[in-house]
Amino acid sequence: MFLLQVIPSWKETLFLMPELQLTLFACFILVLDLLLPRGKKTLTAYAALIGIAFTLIGVAQVYYVTRNVLPTLIFYQMYVIDNFSFIFKVIVLISAAISIAISIKYLETEKELRGDYYSLLLFATVGMMFIASSYNLLMFYVSLELMAISVYVLVGYLKNNDKSNEAALKYFLLGAFSSGIFLYGVSLVYAITGELNLLEIAIKVSLFILGTDAKVGVGAHYLLAFAVALTGAGLLFKVAAVPFHMWAPDAYEGAPTPITAFMSVAVKAASYAMLARIFLVAFPALRTIKELPGWLPFFIGVAALTMTVGNIAAMTQKNTKRMLAYSSISQAGYILLGLIASNETGYTGLVFYILAYTLMNLGAFAIIILLRRDDIKGDRLENLSGLIKKKPVLAVMMLVFLISLAGIPPTSGFVGKYLLFAGLIKADNFWLNRLAVLAVLNTVISFYYYAQIIKAMFIDIPSDDKPINLNIFSTISLVFATVLTILIGIYPQPFIEISKSVTKNLAPVQVNQQTSPTPTPTPTNDSGIDPSIDPNLFPNVIPRK
Amino acid sequence: MNAFKPYILNALVFLPLLGTIIMLMYDQIVGKNEESLRRIALFFSTLTFIASLPLIWWTGDPALSVNVPWVENLGINYHLEVDGLSLWLVLLTTMLMPIAILSGWTSVHDKVREYLAFMLVLETGMIGVFLAMDMILFYLFWEVMLVPMYFLIGVWGGERRIYAAIKFVLYTMVGSLLMLVAIIALYLLHGDAQVGGKATFDIVTITKNLADSNFLSFNQQYWMFLAFGLAFAIKVPLFPFHTWLPDAHVEAPTAGSVILAGVLLKMGTYGFMRFNLPMFPEAAHHFAVPIMVLAVIGIIYGALVAMVQPDMKKLIAYSSVSHLGFVMLGMFAFTDMGMQGSLYQMLNHGVSSGALFLVVGIIYERRHTRQISEFGGLATPMPVFSTLFLIIAFSSIGLPLLNGFVGEFLILIGTFNSTYSRAFAAFATTGVILSAVYMLWMVQRVVFGEITSEKNRNLPDLNLREKFVLVPLVILIIFMGVYPSFFLNRTAEQVKQIRTVVEKNKPSNPVADNLK
Repeated sequence: MFLLQVIPSWKETLFLMPELQLTLFACFILVLDLLLPRGKKTLTAYAALIGIAFTLIGVAQVYYVTRNVLPTLIFYQMYVIDNFSFIFKVIVLISAAISIAISIKYLETEKELRGDYYSLLLFATVGMMFIASSYNLLMFYVSLELMAISVYVLVGYLKNNDKSNEAALKYFLLGAFSSGIFLYGVSLVYAITGELNLLEIAIKVSLFILGTDAKVGVGAHYLLAFAVALTGAGLLFKVAAVPFHMWAPDAYEGAPTPITAFMSVAVKAASYAMLARIFLVAFPALRTIKELPGWLPFFIGVAALTMTVGNIAAMTQKNTKRMLAYSSISQAGYILLGLIASNETGYTGLVFYILAYTLMNLGAFAIIILLRRDDIKGDRLENLSGLIKKKPVLAVMMLVFLISLAGIPPTSGFVGKYLLFAGLIKADNFWLNRLAVLAVLNTVISFYYYAQIIKAMFIDIPSDDKPINLNIFSTISLVFATVLTILIGIYPQPFIEISKSVTKNLAPVQVNQQTSPTPTPTPTNDSGIDPSIDPNLFPNVIPRK
Repeated sequence: MNAFKPYILNALVFLPLLGTIIMLMYDQIVGKNEESLRRIALFFSTLTFIASLPLIWWTGDPALSVNVPWVENLGINYHLEVDGLSLWLVLLTTMLMPIAILSGWTSVHDKVREYLAFMLVLETGMIGVFLAMDMILFYLFWEVMLVPMYFLIGVWGGERRIYAAIKFVLYTMVGSLLMLVAIIALYLLHGDAQVGGKATFDIVTITKNLADSNFLSFNQQYWMFLAFGLAFAIKVPLFPFHTWLPDAHVEAPTAGSVILAGVLLKMGTYGFMRFNLPMFPEAAHHFAVPIMVLAVIGIIYGALVAMVQPDMKKLIAYSSVSHLGFVMLGMFAFTDMGMQGSLYQMLNHGVSSGALFLVVGIIYERRHTRQISEFGGLATPMPVFSTLFLIIAFSSIGLPLLNGFVGEFLILIGTFNSTYSRAFAAFATTGVILSAVYMLWMVQRVVFGEITSEKNRNLPDLNLREKFVLVPLVILIIFMGVYPSFFLNRTAEQVKQIRTVVEKNKPSNPVADNLK
């Protein structure tokens, strides 16, 4: 153990205030739900929104207090406070807030209005916030399960709906399976390196690659590759990347639509935070090297498949929920490009695109949810037809979200895609350049099915004359998402700055891969610190003797 | 006057957008009134046209250019400038737009507000493309046009409008997204080369640095030429990327066809002149022969297919393929004359095929058919119309004293004098003859002879609005035919610059020599 650490004290708990607040609110809502009479359950949604508002304030407070000492590790390096965690916390909190806001009317229509829904949503959010701040594989696992189990229940929330039940079972089985795979990978990593902390794993792995760790046998190379592959596969299940995407369309279609929105955005963002953190902090040395296949080629294949399969499958869908499900699979492929590019532009693109994607995808789902009326399910393409006649504002908003998803300027989606493509091209690698071209062509395919929705809204005649009613929460969420989608597209500067600052302390351990064919003994002292680690990484942490 | 100069380009880009906003607000505040909406749209597009007129005398004035940082950390600037290359295309756009809006005055009744809003947004995009001097800004305007164009075809188009609209958008997107990749690559390579300060998307800076020290290897030029070139070739459209054009033209409403033929196609040829030639001159030489071959195929193929079309709109659409082939041929001749002619032919085509689509629109409004066989002897009931139609058709054929002649003549001379094979010029000349065949044949069948259908006997002649639409174009056709130097003088310098850059990078032993 060479890592630096502070003396743990009760004061560290203060840094957890936002998460604790949200947990307390989630528990409070459960109690409130019991006390409220049948007709008044909507109050629990307000409580949940207030809880999220308080949590956002809490996050801001923690940021204010720690802004000069970032990044900081607390709780025996289990928990990290850095820009990366802040931005992802804000993203998941915003998406939780919007999901709750758009749920209120939906649950009333479904006649499933109960408080535990919001409580579960908050618990899932707590799990995501912990994921954003985890710096230890076990911590990751526990947070992941907190998120996943809450979402399993939410998917099956519509008790009387067969599809919802089927989706929940499918999602639960495959989700549990993927968690198991992930855990298996973690246990193998622990077996090889003897560490669970990401930074220490990184150092052990890089020493291992450089050939200076005599304790590990030669065959362990393969074991390590296997361990990383399992970890990666487990996580790719969560982001619904092809070929680990089979559960996604069914789960997305069957789940209550606000939960579909929440899953396609917040769960994905949190899983990407986890993927980026684990692979960039713990396994940068294994990106691609001679002896091992490395995870980069693996990810390249996954990204190429994810984009293409997601888009092609979406082309034939007539159910908008399913179409958006496949679209979100292909979007996951784009986000992966940022990780593959492995340079600052790519990482900036990754964070920026998740931010942009959160808003535009939530917006699109919010409009689908509004189409759910008394006896109309609202998830067919024809339910959207003639929207321009019925509610022109909604049609224009949907248009904004769709052209943003298709990456047409001047929207946030374009800037995000620009950054991702630029990252790939900047990497100046034969395969990555081709991947960029593939991604670009995929964007064209994606416009084909977004255009189906646009066509339905603007050109087709209305299929029904039931009015579409908005409540104040849906209106606010939609306006918020639309304005930001356009604003980020027209003036992306501050958002790019934020995304860039987030990526500063990703990939802290650098291994010179040219040295790997002829291993040169690296000078290691007792503390075992590899010289290539930036000593200023955690400047404010007191060294332990 | 100088006080206005810095605002004029901004005004050109944003006046139509302002018009859109006012129109949408008017609808909310005052209430639904189609007539006033049309007046607002016409007012703003005319205002834009008037605002663009001073550019004729002010072009090249540095006081005109606008250059402010937009996204600093990516090196994107908001840079607008007008030079000899873009001057007339901007004017063509601003002139055609009020005419297009007038042309749909009585024929469009469905969702008028949206229709006009999309037209004005489209105008912003088109003017922006010609004025943008930053690659990302250029790309932004280029893509922004897709959405209004999709709707103009898809909502107000003919029977197969959805198919045509989606085909148009997908074709354009394939090209433009690959162009985006090339833009990013060019930006990065320019940044790596460390010439002239920091990385930038600025077209002027990059073109200048490329001319001073060519930091791109031939291989890099090769791929970037292809990526940019594909985007532009689809837009032109160069044979064999032309298949979207007949569909889009036939299905689009009259105003859409006018804008599509008049301006949108020019953006492809403009892009070649702005990016491919000055930025990748070696690759331009390498690709000159293949492109000229495709251009000549386009000229002849377009003309032959046009000849057999029973539908007037389709005939004009295929004639566009043929005419744009001339533009590409002249451009890749790399002679002053050829390139000047190419630029001139862009304007000619904009004016005369815009006018032809208007003519078709006018008789379609009366008879709701575009089949040539339905007409005949229109000269008796509609004498004014027939006269104007004839002049426009002559202009398209390239009759001396009308604009088409100047452009085609310059192109053919320029191609004949180029270092590449004279055979191109020889084959292209047949295109002129063929154009006379299909155009005159159509005019003869529609306008002259006996009245074949009783329905045509009492068709009303042009009303005042329609005269307002056609007469300015006919005057312009004659003016451009008798006084071309008014236009060519202002483009000469820019064309010479591009030609010099291309000439300087001529490979010592081009493949073309063998072909001679």
